[in-house]
Amino acid sequence: MIAVVDYRAGNAPSVIFALERLGIPCRLASRPDQLEHAERIILPGVGAARATIDSLRDSGLVEPLSERVLGAGVPFLGICIGLQVLFDHSEEGDVEGLGWIPGQVRRFADTLRVPQIGWNAVQPTQPHPLWGDVAQPAYCYFVNSYYAVPADSSDVLATTEYGIEFCSMAVRANIAATQFHAEKSGQLGLALLANFAVWDGRTGATSPSC
Amino acid sequence: MLTKRIIACFDVIAGRVTKAQQFQDNIDVAAADALATRLYDDQIDEIVFYDITASSEQRKIDLDTVRAVARHVFVPFTVGGGIRSIEDMFEVLKAGAEKISVDSMAVRDPDIIRQGAEAFGRQCIVLSTQVKAVGIRQGIPSGYEVFVDGARTATGMDALEWVQRGAALGAGEICVNSIDRDGTASGYDLDITRAVADAVNVPVIASGGAGTVEHIADGLTAGGASAAIISSILYSPRFERNLGVREIKDGLAELGVPTRPYLDT
Repeated sequence: MIAVVDYRAGNAPSVIFALERLGIPCRLASRPDQLEHAERIILPGVGAARATIDSLRDSGLVEPLSERVLGAGVPFLGICIGLQVLFDHSEEGDVEGLGWIPGQVRRFADTLRVPQIGWNAVQPTQPHPLWGDVAQPAYCYFVNSYYAVPADSSDVLATTEYGIEFCSMAVRANIAATQFHAEKSGQLGLALLANFAVWDGRTGATSPSC
Repeated sequence: MLTKRIIACFDVIAGRVTKAQQFQDNIDVAAADALATRLYDDQIDEIVFYDITASSEQRKIDLDTVRAVARHVFVPFTVGGGIRSIEDMFEVLKAGAEKISVDSMAVRDPDIIRQGAEAFGRQCIVLSTQVKAVGIRQGIPSGYEVFVDGARTATGMDALEWVQRGAALGAGEICVNSIDRDGTASGYDLDITRAVADAVNVPVIASGGAGTVEHIADGLTAGGASAAIISSILYSPRFERNLGVREIKDGLAELGVPTRPYLDT
């Protein structure tokens, strides 16, 4: 069972629809007790970093999430804002993140059209079970004004170009995250979600395609 | 590299997709969820759905149809029509849409753009605007005027001033609908599309008039748009031959316009 964290600023229904299409058992989790028996957790997200963090705190979800993901090592996938809140700090609203992955979240330069909206190439930088046989580079759907800068380059799983080369997927032990909307990236995005649904949370990659 | 987007647009009445010419004479095409599924399977980049009678009938948007489409479509999905409040937006997002399109309601209450962007992020709010070439005159320095309510009501507002204000209020995308070109298959109004793209720093969507692949390419190059809305070319019964997404993307590639690669399945 995958728990999809449901909070006011999120787009949990889209993720649920995608998992249902894949035939993957899942349910919304808006209360701490709904995370207790989850085998995997997805934190979807749209919108602003501060609203997301505030919403998670108000729902009392931060502690149980940390307990399950950092403590119990449950495989975790953050999506879009669900990636950005994993870092130490975001320039968006000068907000402290969860700090699960060391690094900062910065805004794209004003010389670009911001937000970045559309399909962009995701280029893997290291092998990982999440890739499976997903075509590379994978064109995925992005909507973001900010991007993460992991402090440790070994936490970068893929990069994408938008004015600069930025981290479009991050991974650290059992914690993975996509800056793009995997649930809205067509067949490739669904394939990534399907790979997450069988991922054991270890990074030791065996994917022969990388 | 960020590619250009091809967006299929549905004008929906009671769960059915219809096709108009210059915002009039809608003819029935197909059930919205069936057509959305077909186009998703054909790898369309994005879908936008307007409940075109919600606003004039003073009713809320048809959430059942939004939900039915969202269940089948795993590419971005924008919904507009009859959105009056943050609560309306919240309901549409919870029904599975990614983005909210505001148009006539935003003209009446511009603050809804700011409120929406604050609550859900600016990427969530698309300001769609119906524009008509009226000539440069007092109060309309760009020569394009904003209309509302299905192109029926002139507002006296200048199109360029309005989109700049909308972007400043928090709109994350601007969709420029040419009333003159809607359903005519004579090409986008490139002048106003380019003027808007130059005036704002958010992505701009060209809309109204695409009849050929060349028109789409023009909107995305000369028009300066990041995305192109198409409908007739995909499914209008008024067209002798509709094109599939692959044919459109292949044609755009030949014209030097990059889009998300079509996957062989």
